[in-house]
Amino acid sequence: MNRSRIIGIATILVVGICLIAPSVALGQADAPIASGNQIDGDYGYGLPPMLSKDGQGVDDLIIILHWFMTALFVGWAIFFVYCLFRFRSRAGHKATYDPVKAKASKYAEIGVAAFEAFLLIGLSMPIWAATKNDMPSKDDATHVRVVAEQFQWNFHYPGADGKFGRTAPDMVDTVENPLGLDRSDPAATDDVYATELHLPVNKPVICDLTSKDVIHSFSLPVMRVKQDVIPGMRIPVWFTPVKEGRYEVACAQLCGNNHYSMRAEMVIEDDASFATWLKEVGIVEEFDEDELD
Amino acid sequence: MSAEVLPYTVKPHPVTGLYNGKFGIWLFLASEVMLFGALFSTYVFLRMGAPETGPTAWPTGEETHLNWMLGGLNTLILILSSVTMVLAWVQFKMDNFAKGRIYLIITAILAIAFVAIKFKFEYAHKFHMDIYPKTSVFFAIYYTMTGLHAIHIIGGVVVICYFIGPGAKLWEENREYYTNRIECTGLYWHFVDLVWIFLFPILYLL
Amino acid sequence: MSGDHHHEPGFIRKYVFSVDHKVIGVQYGVTALCFLFLGFSLMMLMRWQLAYPGEEMPFIGNIFGEDAMPGGVMLPEFYNSLGAMHGTIMIFLGVVPLLVGAFGNYVMPLQIGAPDMAFPKLNMASYWVYLLGGIVMLCSFFVPGGAANSGWTSYPPLSNIATTGQTWWLFGMVCLITSSLLGSVNFIVTIIQLRVEGLTMFRLPYFVWAQLITSFLLLLAFPPLEAAGVLQLMDRLAGTSFFMPEGLVVSGVVQTQMSGGGSPLLWQHLFWFLAHPEVYVLILPAMGIVAEIIANNTRKPLWGYRAMIYSTIFLGFMSFIVWAHHMFMTGMGTKISAFFATTTMIISIPSVVILTALVISLYQGAIRFTVPMLFALAFLPMFAIGGLTGLPLGLPASDIHLHDTYYVIGHFHYVVAPGTIFAIFAGIYHWYPKVTGRTLNNALGYMHFFLSFVFINMVFMPMFWQGMAGVSRRLYDQTVYAHGDAVQSLTIMSSWGAWMLGLAQIPFIINFFISAVAGKKVSNNPWDATTLEWLAPSPPPHGNFETVPVVYRGPYEYSVPGASEDFHPQHVTTEA
Repeated sequence: MNRSRIIGIATILVVGICLIAPSVALGQADAPIASGNQIDGDYGYGLPPMLSKDGQGVDDLIIILHWFMTALFVGWAIFFVYCLFRFRSRAGHKATYDPVKAKASKYAEIGVAAFEAFLLIGLSMPIWAATKNDMPSKDDATHVRVVAEQFQWNFHYPGADGKFGRTAPDMVDTVENPLGLDRSDPAATDDVYATELHLPVNKPVICDLTSKDVIHSFSLPVMRVKQDVIPGMRIPVWFTPVKEGRYEVACAQLCGNNHYSMRAEMVIEDDASFATWLKEVGIVEEFDEDELD
Repeated sequence: MSAEVLPYTVKPHPVTGLYNGKFGIWLFLASEVMLFGALFSTYVFLRMGAPETGPTAWPTGEETHLNWMLGGLNTLILILSSVTMVLAWVQFKMDNFAKGRIYLIITAILAIAFVAIKFKFEYAHKFHMDIYPKTSVFFAIYYTMTGLHAIHIIGGVVVICYFIGPGAKLWEENREYYTNRIECTGLYWHFVDLVWIFLFPILYLL
Repeated sequence: MSGDHHHEPGFIRKYVFSVDHKVIGVQYGVTALCFLFLGFSLMMLMRWQLAYPGEEMPFIGNIFGEDAMPGGVMLPEFYNSLGAMHGTIMIFLGVVPLLVGAFGNYVMPLQIGAPDMAFPKLNMASYWVYLLGGIVMLCSFFVPGGAANSGWTSYPPLSNIATTGQTWWLFGMVCLITSSLLGSVNFIVTIIQLRVEGLTMFRLPYFVWAQLITSFLLLLAFPPLEAAGVLQLMDRLAGTSFFMPEGLVVSGVVQTQMSGGGSPLLWQHLFWFLAHPEVYVLILPAMGIVAEIIANNTRKPLWGYRAMIYSTIFLGFMSFIVWAHHMFMTGMGTKISAFFATTTMIISIPSVVILTALVISLYQGAIRFTVPMLFALAFLPMFAIGGLTGLPLGLPASDIHLHDTYYVIGHFHYVVAPGTIFAIFAGIYHWYPKVTGRTLNNALGYMHFFLSFVFINMVFMPMFWQGMAGVSRRLYDQTVYAHGDAVQSLTIMSSWGAWMLGLAQIPFIINFFISAVAGKKVSNNPWDATTLEWLAPSPPPHGNFETVPVVYRGPYEYSVPGASEDFHPQHVTTEA
C-alpha cells in the first residue's frame, strides 16, 4: 500500500518534469526585439550593468542579501528534508510526545535578527542617507528638470544662465510647449527642451522631478536610480554617470493605458558632444518658435 | 440544555462581564473610531500641507462662512439627546416602559432637530452662497465629515424609532433583552455625539 | 436568533438565506472558489499578452469584443483592467473570503464547541453584502471603458481620472469592507464569549487564535480604507480635490474645474495602512490551517505553541506600523524611512519564530504524507522563499533597484499563491470529510498536489530574475525595453507555467464535485484528530453538537506516553 503510493508519487513527479522540459524549451523561443536605437550594455538574467559612481552600494547590498538568504534557506531546507525522511510514518516508529529541547533554533533566530540589524544599520541606512543627503552642489552638477506626463518624459535644461524659466500650467501646449515654458521670462530665453536625456559623463547630475498629471516613477536601471514622480511635489534625485553610451529611462509606476510605452533614452557623452548637442537642440527649438511667430 | 441555544445573548459572560451584543457594539465602535480617526488624520494631513497663502491656503474662520452659533446649538442638542438616551435606558432598567419610551421619543426628536438645522440652515445656506464640496479642500473635508456624521445620526434615529415602534414588542417577550438593546443603541448614540464634539471645534472654531 | 429549532425551516431558509454558520461557510467557500478561479483566468489571459505581445490570442481571442481585443489582440486598457481586477478579485473576493468567511465560519465555531456564531443574522448579512460587492465588481467589466484599470492599489490621480469602472470598483470595495467588518465583530465575540467550559484561551487550537488576531486586523485596518474609498468617491463624483494638487494638466487640458490643494500621498498612506495588515490577514489564517494539519499528521504536539501565539499577537500589533515600507520611493526622508525599515525588520522576527516552530514540530514526529499534509508541508518552503525575498524589499537601499519590479510580484505571490493558496487547498482536503461526510479521492489529490507544486514554482521563480534585471511590473509589453527584451524568455516560461498550473487544477475540480456524491464515506474523525470539530457528526447538524462538550486539555495531545491510542481528544474525560 505504502510502496504503491510512493511509486504513484514518483510517476507523477516524473510526468510533471517531462511537462516542464518542453515548456522551458519554448521559453527560449525568439522574442520580438526592442524597437528604435541600439541600447548599449549587456542585459541578461542578472543585475543590469551598473554605470553610476555611487550605485555600487545598492548592488553590494543586494548580493550580500541574496547570499544570506540562500544560506538560510539551504540550511533550513536541509533540516526540513532530513525531518521528512527521518521521521516519516512507518511500522515501528512512534512520535515523541515531549518537545525537543532545541537551543539551536533560539540561537539561529537571534543570529538572523542580529544580521538583519547589521544589514539595516550597517549597510542600508548609510546608502540611503547618502542618496538623500549628499546631494552635490548645483554649481558642480548638470541640473535638469524632468517633467513627466502621460506617456512621455520631458527634459528641461536651464541653458547657459543656469536658471530655469518660469513655467505655468495654462501655457502648456501638448505639441508646441509641453513644459508650459513662459518664453517672455528672461531666464527662459536660453532654456532647452528635449525628449532625450543627454548628460555629460563623470559629472554629477541633479534631476528635479515633477509631474503634470499622475504619479510616474523615474527609473534608470543602469544608474540604480528610482524615484516616484508625484504631482504637486518637486523631488530631486542625483547620480554620476561614468560610462558613455545610450541607455534607457523607464517609468516604473502604472500611469495609464500606455504606461509600458513611457520610455525615453538617456545618452551619456563627453563634455564636448554634450555642449554641441545642447546647442543644436536649442537652435531647433528657437527655429520652431520663429516659424510660429 | 439543548446545544442549539446560544449562550450569553442576554446574560453577561462571567469572565468578560458583557453580553454578546454589548461586546459586539464595543468592537463596532472601535472600528468606527478607526474610520473617523482616518478622516481626522486626513484633516490634519491636508491642513499641515496647505500653503500659507495662495488659492489653496487653509481658510480663516471668516472665510469658512461657518456659523459657530448654529454649530454650538447643535452641540447642545446632541449633548441633551445623550442625556435623554441614558434616562430612557434607566427607565427601562427600572421596569418603567411608558416613561422610557417618552425619553426615546425626545431623543429622536432632538436628533431630527440636529439634522434639520444641519441641512436646512447650514448646508442650504452654503449651497445658496455657491459653496460646494469642490470649492476647496476645506469644504471637501467639511462636507464629507459632517455628511458622514449626519448619516450616522440618521441611522441612529432609524434604530431608535424602531425601538419606539415595531421593536417594542420585544419588551413583552423579554424585558432584559429589550433593555440591553437600548443600552447598545445608547452606546452607539454617545459615540456619535462624541464624534460631533471633536468635529465642532476643528471645523467651526480652529 | 436560533429559536427556529422548533420547526424544520424550509429550503430557502435552510440553504439560501440560512443563518447557520456551516451553510454560510459553505456558501462563502463555493462563491470564493469561483472568484478564485475567475481571478486566475484573468491572469491566464494576461500571460498571453506578456509572453507573446501583440500577437493574436488563439482559440478565444475573438470572444472579448472589439473594445477589449480587436482582432484578438489585447488592448493596453484591457490588460490594465485585467491586472487591477486580478489583484482585487484574488485578495478581496477569493483568498480572504475563503480563509475567514469559509474556513473561519465553518471550522472555528466547531473548534470552540459553540452551537453557532454569536450573531447568526449578522453572519448571513456579511455573506450577502460580500456577494453584492462581488457582483458589483463583475458588473464593472461591462460598463463603458471596462473595469477599473488603475491597479488594485488604485493610486490617484490616475484612479481619479480613470473611466467609470473605477467608481464601480469603489462601490464594490465599500460592500466588501462592510462585509469584513460585520464578520470580524462576529468572530471576535464568538471566540471570546462562546467557548465551551474548560476551553481556556491557551487550550484553543492555533487556528482559532489566528482567526482571532485576523479579525482584529480586519476590524481596525479596514475602516481607514473605507474612509479613503469615501474620499475617492467624493473626488470622482462630487469633484473634490482630496488627492489632487493644483495645476494639473491632463492630456494637455488644464484641470481648472477642481480646486486643488490635496495630496496623492494621502491615498497611499490610508491605503497601505489597511493593506499591510491585509497581508497578515492573508497569511495568519493560512498558518493556522497549516499548524492544525501539521500537528495532526506528525502525531505530536506543536512545538512552541505558546511562542507561536505570542508571535501572532506581536505580528498583529506590528503590522499597523510598517505600512510606509511600500512607499520608500515616494521621496521619503532618512528618519522616516529608518523608522519604517526598522519596524519592517522587527516584524520579520515573529514570522521567523512561527515558521521555525512549525518546522521543529516535524522533528521526532511520525509524519503521515496525506494529501492535506503535503500541501501544508509545501507551504513551509514556499512561505520561507516569500518571506526571505521580502528582506531586500524592506531595506530602502536595495529597494531602490527592486521596487515596483517583478521581484515584488515574485515575493508576494510566493507568500499568497504557493503559500496561502496551498494552505487553502490543505484545508479543503483536511476538512472536506467534516463538511460532506466523504473524503476526496487520494490519487487525484496527489496528482493535484505534485502538478501544482511544480508549475506554481515555474510561474513565480523566473520573476525574481526578471526583477533583478530591472523589469517593471504592470508592463503591457516589456520587450520595448532592452533590459526587458533580454529576459523575455523568462516571461514565456512563466506564462507556460501558469497555463499548465491551470490544467493542474482539473483533477481538483473533478475531485471536488464527484467526491461530494461518490466519495468514500468516513467516520466523524477520519484523521484521528484531537480538536472539537471532529467530535461533531459529519456533516454536523443544526446546532452542531448533540450535547455541549466540555474540554479537559490542550488542543494537540498526540502520542501521549502510555496511552493506548496516539491521540487524546480535548473532550475525553479519562486520563490517557
